[in-house]
Amino acid sequence: MSRIGVVTFPGSLDDHDAQRAVKLAGHEPVALWHAHESLQEVEAVILPGGFSYGDYLRCGAIARFSPIMTEVIRAAEGGLPVLGICNGFQVLCESHLLPGALIRNDVRTFVCRDQKLRVESVDTVWTNAFVPGQEIVIVLKNGEGGFVADAATIERLEGENQVVFRYLDGNPNGSLNDIAGVTNARGNVVGLMPHPEHNMEELTSPSLDGRGFFASLERFLTAHVG
Amino acid sequence: MVDTVTHAAETPDLEQPWAALGLRGNEYDKIREILGRRPTSCELAMYSVMWSEHCSYKSSKVHLKKFGVLGDETPRGKLLAGIGEQAGVVDIGGDWAVTFKIESHNHPSYVEPYQGAATGVGGIVRDILAMGARPIGVMDPLRFGPLDAPDTARVLPGIVAGVGGYGNCLGLPNIGGEVVFDPTYYGNPLVNALCVGVLKHDDLHLAFARGTGNKVILYGAATGGDGIGGASILASETFDADGPAKRPSVQVGDPFMEKLLIECTLELFAEDLIQGIQDLGAAGLSCATSELASAGDGGMHVNLNTVPLRDHTLAPEEILMSESQERMMAVVEPHNVDRFLEICAKWDVLATVVGEVTDGDRLIIEWDGEVVVDVDPVTVAHDGPTYHRPYARPDWIDALNADSASRLPRARDGEELADTVLRLAGSPNLCDKSWVTDQYDRYVRGNTVLAQPEDGGVLRIDEESGLGIALATDCNARFAYLNPYLGAQLALCEAYRNVAVTGAEPVAITDCLNFGSPEDPSVMWQFSEAILGLVDGCRALGTPVTGGNVSFYNQTGETNIIPTPVVGVLGVIDDVADRVTAGFSNPGDAIFLLGDTRDDLSGTTWADVIHDGHLGGMPPLPDFEHEQRLAQVLVAASKAHLLSSAHDLADGGLSQALVESCLRRGLGVALTLPDGDPTVQLFSETPGRVLVSLPASTAQEFEELCRRHDITLTRLGEVTELAELEVVGRFALPLEEIRTRWQAPLREAMAH
Repeated sequence: MSRIGVVTFPGSLDDHDAQRAVKLAGHEPVALWHAHESLQEVEAVILPGGFSYGDYLRCGAIARFSPIMTEVIRAAEGGLPVLGICNGFQVLCESHLLPGALIRNDVRTFVCRDQKLRVESVDTVWTNAFVPGQEIVIVLKNGEGGFVADAATIERLEGENQVVFRYLDGNPNGSLNDIAGVTNARGNVVGLMPHPEHNMEELTSPSLDGRGFFASLERFLTAHVG
Repeated sequence: MVDTVTHAAETPDLEQPWAALGLRGNEYDKIREILGRRPTSCELAMYSVMWSEHCSYKSSKVHLKKFGVLGDETPRGKLLAGIGEQAGVVDIGGDWAVTFKIESHNHPSYVEPYQGAATGVGGIVRDILAMGARPIGVMDPLRFGPLDAPDTARVLPGIVAGVGGYGNCLGLPNIGGEVVFDPTYYGNPLVNALCVGVLKHDDLHLAFARGTGNKVILYGAATGGDGIGGASILASETFDADGPAKRPSVQVGDPFMEKLLIECTLELFAEDLIQGIQDLGAAGLSCATSELASAGDGGMHVNLNTVPLRDHTLAPEEILMSESQERMMAVVEPHNVDRFLEICAKWDVLATVVGEVTDGDRLIIEWDGEVVVDVDPVTVAHDGPTYHRPYARPDWIDALNADSASRLPRARDGEELADTVLRLAGSPNLCDKSWVTDQYDRYVRGNTVLAQPEDGGVLRIDEESGLGIALATDCNARFAYLNPYLGAQLALCEAYRNVAVTGAEPVAITDCLNFGSPEDPSVMWQFSEAILGLVDGCRALGTPVTGGNVSFYNQTGETNIIPTPVVGVLGVIDDVADRVTAGFSNPGDAIFLLGDTRDDLSGTTWADVIHDGHLGGMPPLPDFEHEQRLAQVLVAASKAHLLSSAHDLADGGLSQALVESCLRRGLGVALTLPDGDPTVQLFSETPGRVLVSLPASTAQEFEELCRRHDITLTRLGEVTELAELEVVGRFALPLEEIRTRWQAPLREAMAH
């Protein structure tokens, strides 16, 4: 059983859901408050979905300056597994732990749907238990999920196998190259717009594909320790 | 110069703008009589907003009193709080209680669709929060003018974005509601918002100010010029194109602030720091101070200068009337004030001591060291006028009821039947609503077991035991137009049945009564009939009314809306794992119809869509005893896991229930219609019917269950793998063709 931190920013919404997912995966969730400066020796961190600071200014732009983010950035650079979900992905981009940015959906509306994805890269801490090319269904719900980056960055992400998830059966938000999630060069930081924490339980989820994220983390942590 | 109490006493003959504030001459005279002098301008502002139709229920309260006979007994025990509190509280067992309520925000949503709808959600959520409950879900019954009308393209996307923008940002799953179109809503859309919250029995908090010396704390957003006079003027006067411009600014919502307010308030409750609490909604500080003070055992003293302002030019009258959102008022014991402020600071929520509870029974408000309000708060909050508005059965109703849809031409052959199925599925009221509902987060909080397009939303309350609740809102306003008494009862029956098909036991209701002008005797008749219908229906079903809302003056020009008594029913399900979904699930399952089908074509979608908007005749007759037995069958079948699916028959009858059940998972059906006219079998809207599918292994037990409860069971056919809706010997329609027609209307209308 590992200790996995879930950060709560003012305006975080899926923080309790992420904690529940950690518990369902057999780990111990550790609530991390945005204003604190300690990661409490957790073995991984999840930045959950929501509207941190109301998404005012730009999604994730204010949360990135929360005291806890200084610690998250330092630890991520040292190899700590970090998963950014939706608003968490936006915070990771604003923190420059991940390249690119998320802009308003091209359809101009909030989109909530059961989204089919292809796992493009299994060379990350959070996806190594999937099969390359595996098709999964993960809940998607956001208003600003269009992934953009300059052409050189997109080319690099594609070339270096840093595109982790791609939308299938229709691009819901206008993301370039149908990109749903990306990783850093080291593969310990992953961000995606869909919400794997909502795919853990039969009763409340359209699939159980969120479990693969935690199985991957477990494999990584076990190998790491061993 | 500020109009003080002293000044008012010295200048009794000063002309005051009572009419512009929406007061009548007799109401102004009564205020003078209560005070024994003329009111100050601040007092006049308070009385005018609190005595408006919206806040005082002056036209409706003589009728609403009739709900009192229903008592507070639900099938699961006594209500913990009933009608009259900010929201009713239902004991659902296991130390858990649930509070729920529905409200309207119709007029502001026409003026400014996004903010009107958003602040409608915000207001009902604060009502639930003020009961000490954590809000856990919302539902939004919405009604618009014709889908193809030009202004619908402005109103609909704005309202939907507002509901989503606010609710999504609060982290509340939107689990159901309605999207309905009718020409009478064209200049007056209906935006009703329901919120449900959960609490432990011990955490129930009621609004009152008690204990001399206790501090009154205003917390949340700073006060600005939002919606000044909004409640009284917007909700009390119709939109008249040539009339005086009475369109004050609609309130603007900040869902992020509300999210902080929710978390902050729940933490304050958890530490037991709150003696009394009230949210600031319509009538703002006027309402909160007068209601808190009148519900307690003392008076209240407030220094208006201490109220934090967003706009420093606001006059004291405006501060009292402002409807700035995301504000709450709490009464706190002096030794708890520091801790209270500390928790607010943790959540970056502004909190200010603005007054205290005093001896005596006066509400005294000071501005610049002088008294500008000195009233008995009861006279402001509760002694508003009561009108016995004249009501009369309209002279047109007999002709309307005589114009039965049974005489309309029916389909002559299979081809026409098939065409009718397609035209209904592709009509605005029955088509796919995912363009709307996909803009709402239905997953957040991780406890959504069922959400739209299911018949009812189901939320898990207790993760250990699986205890949960179900909610449905319904109203067929066309039925209510034909007969408001029966129409209201049919809305109740449908919502009751929609809760039962999920496997939950219906226990209590809330209602949102949307009507036209109360000054029109025929509207008052519709209103009075609808209430009588609900009272009789609730008594028969054993479900009390826990609270609700009345919205009058819903008109497009001179035309009143068709009466729209929306009913929300709450159900309890012991284990959400037993829930039943609406779509066909397994090829080979047998399909049965529960209940009898009669020739009930008047007021149906069939009459509307196939016969050019025909609306006449009498609506079907509800049978409460049958509905109760049907619900017992459905709950028992869900507990015993006998069913693969269950879907209520309502708008569009059997035809639409089949379409929706097939399209859900792309499974087909082959069925044989019972004897009789196929138009009646497919399109009649007789209430009390449910379509179920089940495997051969449970058929015998289910048939036995139905027999025991005296529910008619008719085998129609079976679920097939072939993607086709086949009515044997009449027609077969490929599901893709149906899906294309069903998905098109909203998407096409909104694609620009």
